[in-house]
Amino acid sequence: MSATAAAAHPAWLRRASTFLYCRPTFYVLLLLIPPLLWLGTVYIGSLFALLANSFYAIDEFTARIVYEPTLATFRQVITQPAHLDIIQRTLLMAVAVTIACAGIALPIAIYMARYASSRMKALFYVGITLPMWMSYLVKVYAWRLILAKQGILSWLLESIGFDRVLDAVLQLPGVGGPSLASSYLGMFVVFVYMWLPYMILPLAAALERVPESLLQASADLGARPRQTFWHVTLPLAVPGLAAGSIFTFSLTLGDYIIPSVVGAPGYFIGMMVYQQQGTAGNLPLAAAFSVVPIVLIMIYLSLAKRAGAFDAL
Amino acid sequence: MRFERRPSTDGNGQPVRSSNAAARPSLFIRVAAFAGLAFMHLPVLVIVLYAFTTDDRTYAFPPPGLTLHWFDVAFARSDIWAAMRLSLRVAALATLCSIILGSLTALAMSRSRFRAKESITFLLILPLALPGIVTGIALLTAIKFASIDPGFWTIVAGHTTFCIVIVYNNVVARLRRLPPSWIEASMDLGADGWQTFRYIVLPQMATALLAGGMLAFALSFDEIIVTLFTAGHERTLPIWFFNELFRPRDRPVTNVVAVVVMVVTFIPILLAYSLTRSADERN
Repeated sequence: MSATAAAAHPAWLRRASTFLYCRPTFYVLLLLIPPLLWLGTVYIGSLFALLANSFYAIDEFTARIVYEPTLATFRQVITQPAHLDIIQRTLLMAVAVTIACAGIALPIAIYMARYASSRMKALFYVGITLPMWMSYLVKVYAWRLILAKQGILSWLLESIGFDRVLDAVLQLPGVGGPSLASSYLGMFVVFVYMWLPYMILPLAAALERVPESLLQASADLGARPRQTFWHVTLPLAVPGLAAGSIFTFSLTLGDYIIPSVVGAPGYFIGMMVYQQQGTAGNLPLAAAFSVVPIVLIMIYLSLAKRAGAFDAL
Repeated sequence: MRFERRPSTDGNGQPVRSSNAAARPSLFIRVAAFAGLAFMHLPVLVIVLYAFTTDDRTYAFPPPGLTLHWFDVAFARSDIWAAMRLSLRVAALATLCSIILGSLTALAMSRSRFRAKESITFLLILPLALPGIVTGIALLTAIKFASIDPGFWTIVAGHTTFCIVIVYNNVVARLRRLPPSWIEASMDLGADGWQTFRYIVLPQMATALLAGGMLAFALSFDEIIVTLFTAGHERTLPIWFFNELFRPRDRPVTNVVAVVVMVVTFIPILLAYSLTRSADERN
C-alpha cells in the first residue's frame, strides 16, 4: 500500500504537510478559521443584533422601530403585570418539569447503572435514545392525540372507572381546563415526556461512576437500603441531576411549540417572543423578552456549576 | 447529545462486570424503570395506529376501523411533496456544511492544548444550550438588519449553526480514543502529515463522521423552532405540519405525514447508532 500511496503522492503535498507539521499553532489556527468565522459572524453576530434590538423601542403611533438606544422596552418587560405573569408562569412550569423529570428519571437511571445486565443496559440505552431523537413535532402531535377529549387516555381512564377522577382534576383552578389537551396539566405531561431522556442519560452516567464499594460500605455499616439511598446514592447523583436539569430547565423556558399545540390559553415566554416578532411586529419587545430566558439560564448555569454539573455532562 | 459511549472499562481495558449483578433490585425500581421505558414509546405506537384509522373527524380511541386510504390521499398531494423536497434539500446541505466545519473543529481540538480551547467549546455548545427561540429570534434580527430575503439559504445557515456541534461531538470523541502511538508509528515509518491523516486518522474517524452527519441530517430534517423564524415564505415539511395542526381540515393526511416524517428521521438515526456501536465493539 505504501508504494502506491507514495506514487500517487505529489511532492508539493509532502512539502505542505511538513510545513504544517512544523508549525502546529499555525496548523490548528488554519483548521479553526472556517468554523470560527462561521460561528463568529452568523451566530455571535446575530446574538449581538438581538441584544442591540432589545435596546430600541417601537414608536407607538407609527409602529416603526426608533433606532435610538433606550431602556424603555426592558422597562416594559419587567414592569407590566401581564409580562411578569408570563415570566412567572414559564418559570414555574420549568421548575415543575425539572422536578418531575428528576423524580421519574431516578429509578430508571438507578436500574440502568446498578442492576441491569449489559444486554438490558444496551436495551434501555437504545430505548431511551431513539425516542429522544424522534421527530419533535410528531411527538407533540402524538400527545395531542393521546390527551384529546375522546383520546386514548380518557378512554383508558373511563374503562377502569377513573373518568370521575379526571373530571375532578380538570375542574381544579390553575391546572385544569376543558380537556387534558387544553390544560396546564396536559402541557406539563408533554414537557416531562419530551425532556425526560435529557435527564436520564446524564443521571445514569453519573450513577455509573459511583463506586460499588461505597454502597457496600453503607450496607455493612448497618444502613437500610432507604438510608443508603438518601445519604449515599442521592448526594453522589447530584452532579448528574444538575447536568440533566440544565436541559429540562432551559428547554422548557424557551419552548413555544408545546404551549401553542397542547395547552391552556395563558402565554409563555417563547410564545410571547414569537407573537411579538410576527403578528405584532414589535421586534424590540420580542428581543427584550428573549433576553429573559438568557438571564434565567445564566443564573441557573452558575447554580448548576456549583453542584458539579459540568463534570457530569 | 451523542451516540459515542464511554465504555466502562477497568485499567486493563476489560469491561467491568457489575459486581452487584447478583443483587436484586426492589420491585419498585424494576416496575418504575420498565414503566418509564414503556412511557417513552407510547407516542410511537399512537402515531402508527392513527395513520390507519377510518375516522376523519375526531381523535376517537379505539379507532372505528382501519384503512390504507389516507396514504393514497397523502401521496397525491403536491404541497406535501414540495415541502418534503425542500426539507431534504435543506437537510442535505446543512449536513454537508456541518460535516466540514464540525470535523475541522474536531481535528483542531482533539490533540492540541491552547488557552482559548474552553471558550471555543463554549461557543460550539451555545446554540444547543440556549433555547431554540433565542437562536431563532437572533438570526431573524440579523437577517432583517442585513436586509437579506429570508428563504432557502437562511434556513440552511440556521440549521448548520446548531448541527456543527453534533458532528463535532461524535468526531472528537472518536479522535480522543485514537491511540497517539498509531500516529507516531505512521510518522516514524516515513509518512508525512497528509498520508498519516489519509491512511490512519481518516479511516478511524470515518464512521463517527458518518454517524454525526446522520444525526445532523435527522435534526435538520425535523427542526421547527429556529426554522419558523428563518424560513420567510418557504415551507419545510415541519412548517407544513405545524400549520396543519391549527387547520385540522385534513386530519387523516396529517396522521400519514407524521408516520412518514417519523420513518425518514428514524432511518439515519438507526444507521448512526449501528455505525457507532460496531466501532465500539471493535475497540
